[in-house]
Formats: sequence, structure tokens, C-alpha cells
Amino acid sequence: MMQSDQSADKRPWALLSPSLFAITILVVIPMAFILVYSFYENVDLAVDRVTFQFGNWQEVMTDGYYHTAIWKTLRLSVIVTVLAAILGYIPAYFIAMTKFRDKWLLLLLLILPFWISFIIRTLSWIHIFGNQGALNGLFRLLGLTDAPLSLMYNEFTVIIGFIHVFLPYMILNIYVSLEGIDENLEPAARTLGATPWQAFREVTLPLSMPGLAAGCLLVFVLTGGSYVTPLILGGPGDFLFGNLIYDAVVSELNWPMGATLSFTLLFLLGLVVVLYSRLMGLNQLSKAFR
Amino acid sequence: MARVELINIQKSYGSVQAVKNANVVFEEGSFTTLLGPSGCGKTTILRMVSGLADPTNGDIVVGGKRINNVPIHKRNLGLVFQNYALFPHRTIGENIAFGLKYRGVSKSDAQEKVRHSLDIVRLPGVEDRYPQQLSGGQQQRIALARAIVIEPDVLLLDEPLSALDANLREDMRVELKAIQDRIGVTTIFVTHDQSEALAMSDKIVVMSAGVVEQIGAPDEVYNTPASEFVATFLGASNLLPATVAGRNETGVIMETPEFGKTCVPVARSITLGDAAKGQLMIRAENLHLTKASITKIDSANAVVEAVDYQGQLARYFVRIGNTQLQAINMISGRPFSAGDKVNVSLIPEECSALPANDT
Ligand SMILES: Nc1ncnc2c1ncn2[C@@H]1O[C@H](COP(=O)(O)OP(=O)(O)OP(=O)(O)O)[C@@H](O)[C@H]1O
Ligand SMILES: [Mg+2]
Repeated sequence: MMQSDQSADKRPWALLSPSLFAITILVVIPMAFILVYSFYENVDLAVDRVTFQFGNWQEVMTDGYYHTAIWKTLRLSVIVTVLAAILGYIPAYFIAMTKFRDKWLLLLLLILPFWISFIIRTLSWIHIFGNQGALNGLFRLLGLTDAPLSLMYNEFTVIIGFIHVFLPYMILNIYVSLEGIDENLEPAARTLGATPWQAFREVTLPLSMPGLAAGCLLVFVLTGGSYVTPLILGGPGDFLFGNLIYDAVVSELNWPMGATLSFTLLFLLGLVVVLYSRLMGLNQLSKAFR
Repeated sequence: MARVELINIQKSYGSVQAVKNANVVFEEGSFTTLLGPSGCGKTTILRMVSGLADPTNGDIVVGGKRINNVPIHKRNLGLVFQNYALFPHRTIGENIAFGLKYRGVSKSDAQEKVRHSLDIVRLPGVEDRYPQQLSGGQQQRIALARAIVIEPDVLLLDEPLSALDANLREDMRVELKAIQDRIGVTTIFVTHDQSEALAMSDKIVVMSAGVVEQIGAPDEVYNTPASEFVATFLGASNLLPATVAGRNETGVIMETPEFGKTCVPVARSITLGDAAKGQLMIRAENLHLTKASITKIDSANAVVEAVDYQGQLARYFVRIGNTQLQAINMISGRPFSAGDKVNVSLIPEECSALPANDT
């Protein structure tokens, strides 16, 4: 009895060990290096002094510039997430409910963009919003404008770029949830006296919450952690926290500061995930991924 | 409670004709069964009555009003789905009270009605549980409670017993019928199980491939089937090709190579019309086996080919010349065994005459 209990206790660990090993080598150890770096001191471009001091951390905690960046990141992530949730629900609902026989084709279309680098997809907006882009071309053709309107490099195009790239994640998550709902539930609600909207609100929407919640979390974290989209589509003021990391590491060659900022972002996004899954119930989320 | 009429109802899905020109009346307060094999259009009819599908043609009249254009949520019909379709995120109490919200019933009245409906389906006190916490049979009763608590004009039941195991199905059959008797709601019950249909119905609508084959009381469709389909779908029958040897005031004389001349009563030869050829239908339980030494009128000599012994019953396959016939006889003592020579007899009054098989 004792023996079998013990071996039963160990077996999960034995089964997990390959992945634990991979995670240790590929994630934990590199991150430990970064953490160590955050205590070094940057004395000149790319010259670091190996010490143990909290200067970088103090700067991040106290400098208002970083707080602005956190606030901007939070704000934009929320905007992108909410818009993506609304815009994503509609196609997800459509794909789940359609009687179209080759549904896989619709799902394939959804995944198709992943085959093109997201940088190229982001750059493509220049051809639409740019001075020489499709919209300005159209305006000129219609004689609405003489000089090209500057439509690009603002928060709006950044939001568009994010939604463009992250929407499939949202749609897929919601779709999976919707697909799992018994197709007779909405008709059942209808025969009991609910209007189409009431039936949706009372039955389909709550039952699709796990997928919607998972999609929102995913899009929020992906947006909060990105820097390329604002770099390509944003103006000078449209930076996210990720851009500060990029600047510190790539432009200023200040790796200790970059490391500190990276860990700050990791901590903040991690906090969001933890609070969120507390709020929504972690099992709710895992249900959506099943 | 209301009378339901289907007038020239037709429904096509693309090139598939799910229901072809159905005319059926469901009397007020009656229990009517739609019976037929899978895919014959039973669910389609229920969906059209409830508004979940629109008929391609024809009118649906409930309580004297044409309801084709009335939206689903205003029809006041109680539909029980084949898989129950309970809301998994709602408690049993909330599930049952769901339809009451839209009918302006106050919270306390709703609670009372929920309790009462749970009493009716004999599952008191489960309000706070979730559907997953109930067994299949219990979920089925909740689905029924949810449908009847709104006091629907018509109760629509789509194979509600098919997901239950055999014992429970028979109990629920009796209970369902008792509930229907008590509340007296016009009920349309869908099944492909003939014994369910025969046991529960005031009237049976037999369907095949979208066509209504026959409408009648259970004994009517069983004893005087209107078509070969009905004859073979309900019960076990023998159909023998026959020629019409004459007609008189008592009936039609059907001549078969096996039994010679058999006089079938007029009431049992309605669909034959004045055709010169037809089929003689003999129910398996109306073919009686006796020892070969006893020769009766309307009988033939036969050989037992196979025996399926079931205790108080035995099912025999016997051969007369080139024809194999099925007979189900009550027995006491030992059944005949394969190879026995027997005499097979019928009673003409229990036979029916059907039109000839076209194919
Ligand atoms: N939404 C639909 N689209 C296309 N064809 C359909 C649709 N619903 C039903 N059919 C077809 O209509 C016919 C009748 O279907 P229906 O569901 O009414 O059968 P049923 O008698 O209820 O069968 P079962 O006993 O298997 O439930 C079938 O041939 C079916 O394939
Ligand atoms: Mg069906």
C-alpha cells in the first residue's frame, strides 16, 4: 500500500521531467542571467560593471517616464483587447453557427495569415494609410484632397495594426468555446419565450465566456508585450513599454537597464494573468484551451 | 391547449424533400404520435410547428390561428428536445423558471410553479442542483417540467425516451402518459419505436420518407394498415401476392397459392379498391401452428424451419412450398422444433387485403 502510493506520487514527475528539463535550459536559466544583469551597472555604451546594486531598479520605480509608459501600455492593451473581443466575436459566432459544409475552409482562412510574417502584414498598412497609399489615392481620385492627408503614424494605426495581427487568436478562442455549445440550447431558449437577442445573452454568451476570457487574456498579454507594431505604425509618442526595452538594449546598449525593464514588464503581465485567472477562475480558462 | 392543424405542409432542404404535403389534425387535448423510421421527417414537422423551421409550403394552424408568421418566442409551445437541451450553466430551478421570466411571472409565483412542476415529474427538491448532477432519466423529467411549467398550448416531444435504458424507458412511458392525462395538453410525440407509439397514443401518424402513410388509432393502424409500409413497419406480417377471385357483400375473396381462397372483410380491404391483384396480409400472431394430423379450414401444410423460443412465446419460420412465413404463437409446454411437419391456419377475419406490390 505504502509502496504503491509512493510510486504513484513520483510518476507524474518522471513523466514531466523532459519538459521540466527543457524549460529549465531554455527559459529559467536564460532568465536568471537577465535577472542577474539587472543588478549590474552600465558605465558607458555597452560597458557594464559587474556589481550588485539597485540603481536600475530604483530608476524604474521612481522615474515618471517609465510610469507613463506603463500607463500607455495598459491603456492601449485594454483598448485593443476590447475592440478585438467585439470584432472577433462576430466572425467566431458566424463560423460556429454556419451550416456551410466546408467549415474547415473558413478556419483555414483564419489561420492563413499566420503563414506571412507579421512584420510584413504590419508593413502592409503603409500601402493603405501612407501618403502614397490606397486611401489617399482614392481621395485624390475623387478630388477630395489636393495634398495627401497624413493618416499614418498615430495611435489609431497602431490599434489597427494590433487588431489586424491578434484578431485570429481572439476568433479561434471564442470559436472553440462556441463550437462546444449544444446547438439546441438557443432554440430551446427561443421556444421558452426568449427573443433571439435574449437567447443569445442568456445562453450562448455566458457559455462562450471561457473562450472569450481566454482570447482577451491572450490578446492583452500579446499587446502589452509587443514593440514592433508601434515602431512601424506609430508616431514618436506612440511607444509601449516594450519599446523602452528595445531602446535600452538596441539603441543605448544599456543591457542592465534593458534587463530591469524586461523583468518589470514580465512581473506586470504576470500579475495581470494571476489576477485575471483568480477573477475568472483558472479552470474556466483551462476549459477553453481543452 | 389547442387543436393543431397541418394543411398541405411541405418542407424541402435543397433537393431533399423532408416532408411531402402532409395534412394532419391533432385534436385538442389528444396524444398523437408521429411514428416512422429515421429520416422520415418527424423532427422536421416538430420544428415547423415550433417555428424553428419554416415550411416551404402550406399552413400551420394552432387554435384556429395560422401561425406561420408568428415568431418562435410568441408561439407558447413546449418543446422537449431529443437530447433535453438543459442549460448547463443554470440550476434546475433556473432552467425550469427560464420560460416564466418572459411571461411576467413574479419571483415568488415562479418559485411556486417550479416546485409544483417538479412535483408533477416526481423529482421534488432538486432546484439547486445543476443538470450534470442528474441522471439521464432525471434530466429528461426536468426537460419535461421546463416545457410544461409555461402551460403551453401544445407540448412537442422529440423522442424524449430514446436516450434512456429499456427499463427506465418503460417506466417513463407510463409516467409521461399519466402526466399528459393529468394536465390534458395537446401533445405531439415523436418516436421510431412502435411499441411506444402503440402503448401511448390516442392517434398514430405513420410516416415514411416524408409522406404520411396512415393516420389512425393504434388498433386501427395495427389491424388495418393502409399500405404495405405500415403493415411491415408495425409488427411482424406476412404479405402474400394474391389475385382477387371475387367480391361479395361480406368481403373480398383473395386467392393465394398457399391458402387458396380467403374471404377478407370489406373493412380490411379499403385500400385495395377494385384492383384485380393484391396482397394478402397475415399478422405473424394470426398464423396458428398445429400438429400436421389436425387439418383445419383455411390452412396449409408446412415445415418448421427455425424456432426462436421466448418463453411464453415462440417465433416460427415455416415453409409452405416456396414461401417462408413467420408465425408468433403463444405456447404452453414444448414448442415445435425445426423439421416438424405442421398445419398452419389463419382466420380470414383477421387478414387484410393490400394493393399489389408495384415493384
Ligand atoms: N437542416 C437540414 N438541412 C438539410 N437536410 C435536412 C435538415 N434537417 C433535416 N434534413 C433532412 O430531412 C429529412 C428528415 O429529417 P428529420 O430530422 O425530420 O428526420 P427524423 O424523422 O426526425 O429522423 P430521426 O428519427 O433520425 O430523428 C432527412 O433526410 C434529413 O437528412
Ligand atoms: Mg429526429
